[in-house]
Amino acid sequence: MIRKRSYFKTRSLPYLLILPQILITLTFFYWPAVQGVITSFQISDPFGFRTKFVWFDNFIALFNDPLYLKSILTTLMFSGSVAIVSISFGLFLASMANRVLKLTTLTRTLLIWPYAIAPAISGILWLFLLHPSYGVVAIGLENWFGLDWNPLLKSSNAMLMIVMASAWKNISYNFVFFLAGLQAIPKSLIEAAAIDGASPFRRFWTITFPLLSPTFFFVTVMTIIFSFFESFGVIHAVTQGGPGGSTNILVYKVYQDGFIGLNLGSSAAQSVVLMFMIILITVLQFKYVERKVQYTG
Amino acid sequence: MSKIKCFWLVMAVGMLISFAGSAFAKPTEIHWWHAMRGARGEVVQNIVDSFNKSQSDFKVVATYKGAYDEVVNAGVAAVRAGKQPHILQSFEVGTQTMMMSGAIYPVYQLMADKGYKIDWTQYLQPVLSYYMNADGNLMSMPFNSSTPVMYYNVDLFKKAGIPMLSKDKPITWDKLGEITGKLVKSGVEGGLVTAWQSWTQVENYSAIHNIPFASQANGYKGLDTKLLINNDKVVNHIARLKSWMADKRFYYGGQKYQGPKSEFIAQNAGVYIDSISGIAKLKKAVKDFTWDVAPLPIESWMKEPQNSIIGGASLWVFKGLPKKDYAGVAAFLKHLAGNESQIYWHKQTGYFPITLTAYDQLKSEGYYKKNPLQEVGIKQLTRRIPTEISRGLRLGYFIQIRNIINEELELVWNDSKTPQQALDNAVARSNVKLREFERIYK
Repeated sequence: MIRKRSYFKTRSLPYLLILPQILITLTFFYWPAVQGVITSFQISDPFGFRTKFVWFDNFIALFNDPLYLKSILTTLMFSGSVAIVSISFGLFLASMANRVLKLTTLTRTLLIWPYAIAPAISGILWLFLLHPSYGVVAIGLENWFGLDWNPLLKSSNAMLMIVMASAWKNISYNFVFFLAGLQAIPKSLIEAAAIDGASPFRRFWTITFPLLSPTFFFVTVMTIIFSFFESFGVIHAVTQGGPGGSTNILVYKVYQDGFIGLNLGSSAAQSVVLMFMIILITVLQFKYVERKVQYTG
Repeated sequence: MSKIKCFWLVMAVGMLISFAGSAFAKPTEIHWWHAMRGARGEVVQNIVDSFNKSQSDFKVVATYKGAYDEVVNAGVAAVRAGKQPHILQSFEVGTQTMMMSGAIYPVYQLMADKGYKIDWTQYLQPVLSYYMNADGNLMSMPFNSSTPVMYYNVDLFKKAGIPMLSKDKPITWDKLGEITGKLVKSGVEGGLVTAWQSWTQVENYSAIHNIPFASQANGYKGLDTKLLINNDKVVNHIARLKSWMADKRFYYGGQKYQGPKSEFIAQNAGVYIDSISGIAKLKKAVKDFTWDVAPLPIESWMKEPQNSIIGGASLWVFKGLPKKDYAGVAAFLKHLAGNESQIYWHKQTGYFPITLTAYDQLKSEGYYKKNPLQEVGIKQLTRRIPTEISRGLRLGYFIQIRNIINEELELVWNDSKTPQQALDNAVARSNVKLREFERIYK
């Protein structure tokens, strides 16, 4: 008799097989997270010789700090802008690239490239373009267009710069997923609609877009998580949170207070808050947005 | 005994002896974590090599661990894991944290314990005083120390008909106002730019004019210190800079040095305030104009300006390592402070020599006749015995406090706040940090 499936008599074998993965997850994810939560209830000197348990003092101090509340707003504004810019451009480029008939591989490769660049490098590149003292584009803006471009002093300019630097990179990432999503949509559906006389916009809105919604949903979640965390490199390279703290997003503040300032209790409390925010945003998205998403078999 | 057995026995004994031998002959390693990269890192390595060659009991191993903050973090992690190096280089703003850590072996004590009688009066006092405790004992060994000075574009000055500045006698801020005014009128885009605004325009401005930066003798005398930088004098100084912005006699080039420096190099600004370590950078970068160095400006009412204060880093010794190692640590610190190392260090990097004997030897060699730029900072630093106010700053969470000052100043420059509002707010925010710090050690 030929058995179609192999099975194992010992019940412990599957557990043994996933053990390495569990160990890695526990060591690198759960253990640090638990440590972080514990530290957030303490105040301590950097070397850990004097540690005091202070209940929620770190959190109370945080939410009494107007600058922290401002930093939350800044973060939401920043990640919202990054999401809008990078998703709309990603979708636009993908739908264009989907129609390209010649040199398809080349166009697509070029469009995907920026994703391979580390956030810090992307920040530096944009800095070389837009720094008021040595940025090529910045000098052009001033000399030819008479614009008073100064991200060192103007909060709006600085914000624009980091949004561009972060979104630029993420457009490529979104592009890949949108392109894959578009190509998975059966041509016959669109052709049928075209025969029935639907305009290109209507075809996009009633056929492509709903069928693309799982991709859309995935990309939104990923972009928001990206802009909450990965954008650290961009901010560190470009503005360091300035001017006057106007681009100091939460994750950068965690770094500044914890790593540079060695204020571990407060920094840990901020990480915990950040963790809850991300959990909340993701849960909300799954609860309310995912319902509207249509997964096809 | 067969021949083979005999062979193995000989081998075994031989190996044992060679192991034991290497254990005895191997010098004790002394680990030093530092933040000196590139050319400075090579200079550090040369000093270490010369120490290692000079004796055979100890071998110093110097390791580059990243930027200042990364070195401190590596030190923190190492202490927590019980694997600390012997010596750690920490930047000046981390002084209070290191001093309070309970993890260090004070340098004055180490040197005394190991039988070195060091005449601390033979050191540059404004350098030592930054790293002394309230009783005047040296806690860490000064290593790389600098101070801010003023650079100016000689060509632009000539074009605008401005006489060259003295290298000894500081000009007044009013005079600088006239000079920058003339520069702008002569067609230069801007007058003054400054690097590290908190360090140069608030910390050093306060020290030079003997204005307390914080209560409790700038924090030396107790953790219950409060910032005092919202006083009239500092507020007026910031207000003056702000008023200069109207006609670009002053303009803002960023918190660090890169922006302001590139403005100076591009000749968009005629005057540039930065650390003496800028000398080496400008020598390399400036090709198309001549420049010179002058001491920082002072107020006209300040008849006897105080010393400026230092920036840079010092070497901290960690406790809890094998006793015998500390003889090596002490010997190495002694070697570092020696004339030969100090003179080499100063010539190669431009950082101050830390002893008067090294300074005197450089003078008698005629080094400063050939390199007059290098002496401007030293003279400004040593022009007077430091007072309780000008000897340095000792604040917990100082890095964050500097950050706060930077942020609030930016809000002045971009018209969001008046100088008084900004400095009041900087004081209030910093005091919260100081109380948080105090609470840890209560």
